[in-house]
Amino acid sequence: MSADTSAPATQASPAAPEPVDPTLVGTTATRAERGRMRVPWRFIGGRAAFYLFTAWAAITINFFIPRLMKGDAVDAYMARSQGQLTPDAEKALRLMFGLDHSVPLWQQYLDYWGMLLRGDLGVSISTGMAPVGDAIAAALPWTLGLVGFATIVSFLVGTVLGAVIGWRRGGRLDVLVPVTTFLGTIPYFWLGLIFIAAFSSVLGWFPAGHAYEVGVDPGWNADFIGQVLSHAALPVITIVIASLGGWVLGMRNMMLTVLDEDYITVAQAKGMPNRRVLWRYAARNAVLPQIQSFALSLGFIVGGTIVMEMVFSYPGIGLLLLGATNAKDYALMQGIFLVLVMAVLVANIIADIAYAILDPRTRQTEA
Amino acid sequence: MTDTLLSVRDFSVVYDVDPPVRAVKNVTIDIRRGEIVGLAGESGSGKTTLAYGVQRLLKPPAVITGGSVVFHDADGSDVDLHALDTEQMRRFRWDKVSMVFQGAMNALNPVATIGAQLDDVFRVHRPGMSRAQRRAEAVDLLEIVKVGGQRIRSYPHELSGGMRQRVMIAMALALRPQLMVMDEPTTALDVLVQREILKQISQLRHEFGFSVVFITHDLPLLLEISDRIAVMREGEIVELADAERLWTDPQHEYTRDLLRSFPRLTGERGVVVR
Amino acid sequence: MTTLEFRGVTKLYNVRGSGQLKALDDVSFTLHSRQTIGLVGQSGSGKSTIAKILTQLETPTHGEVLLDGAPIPRRGKGLRMYRQQLRMVFQDPFASLNPYHSIRHHVERPLRLDRVVPRDQVDAEVRRLLERVRLDPDAVMERRPHELSGGQRQRVAIARALASRPALLVADEPVSMLDVSIRLGVLNLLADLQREEGLGVLYITHDLATARHFSDEIMVLNQGRVVERGPADDVILRPRDPYTRELRAASPDPEEFFRRRAAQTTGGAR
Repeated sequence: MSADTSAPATQASPAAPEPVDPTLVGTTATRAERGRMRVPWRFIGGRAAFYLFTAWAAITINFFIPRLMKGDAVDAYMARSQGQLTPDAEKALRLMFGLDHSVPLWQQYLDYWGMLLRGDLGVSISTGMAPVGDAIAAALPWTLGLVGFATIVSFLVGTVLGAVIGWRRGGRLDVLVPVTTFLGTIPYFWLGLIFIAAFSSVLGWFPAGHAYEVGVDPGWNADFIGQVLSHAALPVITIVIASLGGWVLGMRNMMLTVLDEDYITVAQAKGMPNRRVLWRYAARNAVLPQIQSFALSLGFIVGGTIVMEMVFSYPGIGLLLLGATNAKDYALMQGIFLVLVMAVLVANIIADIAYAILDPRTRQTEA
Repeated sequence: MTDTLLSVRDFSVVYDVDPPVRAVKNVTIDIRRGEIVGLAGESGSGKTTLAYGVQRLLKPPAVITGGSVVFHDADGSDVDLHALDTEQMRRFRWDKVSMVFQGAMNALNPVATIGAQLDDVFRVHRPGMSRAQRRAEAVDLLEIVKVGGQRIRSYPHELSGGMRQRVMIAMALALRPQLMVMDEPTTALDVLVQREILKQISQLRHEFGFSVVFITHDLPLLLEISDRIAVMREGEIVELADAERLWTDPQHEYTRDLLRSFPRLTGERGVVVR
Repeated sequence: MTTLEFRGVTKLYNVRGSGQLKALDDVSFTLHSRQTIGLVGQSGSGKSTIAKILTQLETPTHGEVLLDGAPIPRRGKGLRMYRQQLRMVFQDPFASLNPYHSIRHHVERPLRLDRVVPRDQVDAEVRRLLERVRLDPDAVMERRPHELSGGQRQRVAIARALASRPALLVADEPVSMLDVSIRLGVLNLLADLQREEGLGVLYITHDLATARHFSDEIMVLNQGRVVERGPADDVILRPRDPYTRELRAASPDPEEFFRRRAAQTTGGAR
C-alpha cells in the first residue's frame, strides 16, 4: 500500500511488491511449512509429566490404604486360621507381606517400590498363597478381551448410528434414540438373566456361563477358541445392548451441533455429495468428544464389570476382586486396585494421543 | 452468447414459521457477464436469503414459493436452476456458480488441511484428474491468491483471518466459475486487510472474467467496487442503479436514508447529506 | 473536572514458547471530562488491552494509570469509587446484558449498589435514565433483553452506564455490531449525552469515519504504540504517519472515489 494519500482508488501496478501485506501476516502458519505433522514436544512433555505424577500418587495412595485400615492382612489371616499360628510364623508372614511393624514406615515404602519394580505384588491368601501377579494375570485377559471387545463394538455401532441419525434429523431413524436409551436403563443383571433364560435355557443357542467348558484345558486350538467365542457371545451382546444408547445419544447431539456450523454449508455449496459431507466434514468433527468419552470408558472396562461377571460366572477381574474382598485378601485387592489405576491412566494417555491426532487444534495449546 | 449471465424473475422465499415471514418478495434482477453487482441492505433485508435461494442452498424452514432463476451458460445453453434434480444441482454447484462466505473463521473444516479441502473440490468435480494434477492445481490456486503453495499443509486455525479469506477465494475460483457470490467476505476483517482482499477480487475478476454478486451492509464499500448496486429492504429491491448514479442521484427515500447513515471520512464534518 | 491519565503504559504478555507479546508500548494520553477522544486501531493494535486495563481486568507491566493525579485504586472503597467514576459500554449488545433479568433490573443495580439516589426514588430514576436514552420506560422496563432489538439493547447499556453518574465513559466499539442505519442514531445519542452531562468519552473503534465524526481528538494505535494523535480533522485529513495514511487510503470513501474518477475521465491531472 503506497504512502501516497492521493491514490486510494487507483491501482498501483499489481505486480509491484507490497512492503507488508497485512493479510499475509499469519498466526503460526510459518511453522506449518516444514514437515508433515509437527511433533508437539512441549505438549507431549507436559502430558507425560502429568501422567507420571498421577501414577506416582496412585501408587503411594495404594501403599497407604491397607496401612490405614484397622487391622491388616496378617491379622485377617490369623483370624481365619484361628490362633494356630506361632508368633514366628506371624513374623514371617509380616515380612512376606511387607507389613513388618518393626521396620519404619519410609523403609516399608521403599521396600514396596522395590517389590513393584521387580513385578512382585505380594502373595494372595485367598487363592492358596499364589503370587498376586499370577492371579491377576489369569483373570485380566478375560476381562480385557470380552469387555474391551464389547465396548469397542458398542462404541463403533453407536457412533455410526448416531452420526446417521443426526444427519437425517427428523427422519424415521430418530426412533432409535429413545429405544436404545431405554434399553440402557434396564438393570443389567435383569437383562443378562433374561438373555440366559431365553437364549440359553430355552433355545439352547448359547452356553449359560463361564469362559469355556468346565474341565477343558486352555490352548490355542480351534476347539478351544470356538468355545471361547460361543461363551462370550451372550455377555458381549448384553453389554452392547445396555451401553449402545449412550453412544448414540452423544454422537447424535454432537452431529446436530456440528451440522449448524458454517463449514457444512460451505461443503454443500461446494457440491460435495452427501456421503462425503456426512463422514468427512460432519462426523469427523462430531466424533471428537466421543473419543474422550470412549477413552474414559476404556478405563472402566477393567473395573466396572462385576455384575456381568457374576451373572455369567465369567472369570474376570471383577469376580476376582469380589472374592478378594470377601476373603479380606488385602494383597490381592491392592494388586487389583493398582492394575485398575494403571488401566485408567493408560486409557487416558491413549485418549490424549488419539485426540491430538484427530484434532489439529489441540497440538498448539494445552489440552 | 448473451450479455446476461443470470436472470432472476419474480423470485420469492418464505420462512415457514408461525407467523410466516416473507423474506424475499418477487425479486427480479439480471446479472450481466463480468459485472460486479453489489447487494446492499441491513440484516433482515433478504439479501442473504436471495443469494442463497438462487443457488438452492436454503435450509428449512425456508421455502421457495415462486419465480424462476435461469443461468445463461457461456457455452450457449440456458439452465433453469430450479428444474435441476439434486444430482444435477450438485454438479452445477461450484462449477458454474461458487460462493465466498463470511467470517472464514468457521467456514473451513477445522480438522482438515487447506490442501485437503481444495483437493475435495477437484476430486468431486473433476474425477479425471490424477492426484498429482490435483495437487499442482491446488498449489497454483494458492499462488494466485498470494497465500503461497506451501500452506497446503496448514490447518485453518494456523492462518490469520485475511489468509483464510484468501483461501476461501482460492477455493471459489478452483473450477473457474462464471459467477461468484460473496456474502460479507470482508466484514470481519480490518480495513487494511479488507482493501487488499478487494484488490485481489478485482484483479481476479479482470483476469478470469467472472461476475460477482457482493453482499454487504457496507454501502460506501459497495460504491467503490461495484458496477451496479441493488438496495434491498424487507425482501424487495427498492433501487437498482449504476454505482455512480446511486451516489449522485438516489431515487428512493430508503437509499437516501442509507446513504445518510454513513458519516463522511473526508470533506465536511458531519453526516452525508443528500 | 475529572482527569484520567495513562502514563507510559506498557503491557507485556508471556506467550508460551515464543517469548513475549508487547500488547502496549509506552502509551500515554489524558482524558478529561467534557472531552472526547477517538482511539483508532485495527485488531491486534492494543485497543482492547487499553479497555481491559481501564476496567482493571489487566494491570500495566510498566507505567501507571492515574485518576485525578493518584494511581487508580485496586481494592476496597477506592476501587468502588473508581468504578463509579469510569463506566464502560461494550461492543456486543447481546452479550453484555444478562438474559435472565429484566431491563429494570439491569438499570436498577448500579443505582442500588452505588446508592446514587435514596431507595424510594430508584424507580423514578430508572425511568428518567431510560427516557434519556430515548426509550419508552413503560414499553421496555419489564422486558428481557432478547425481546429488544440490538439498538435498544445498546441504549439500555448506555443507560446502565450512566446510572452511577460517572465522569468518564469508555465506549468499546459500541456500534460495530449494530445495523448500519441505527449506528448513527446511537452515536448521536452518545454525543448528545456527552455534551449534556459533561462526560469525558473514550471512543474505541476501528472505523475512521465514525471516529472523526464523534471525537474532538483522535489517537491512532498500531501494534501497541500511539503513532499519531491530534485534533480529529488534522489526523484524518492531514495525516503525517505512514500507517495513518494507509488506514485512511484503505477506508472506503465514496466522495473522494467519485471525485477522483470524475477528474480522471475529464482528463484531470494525476
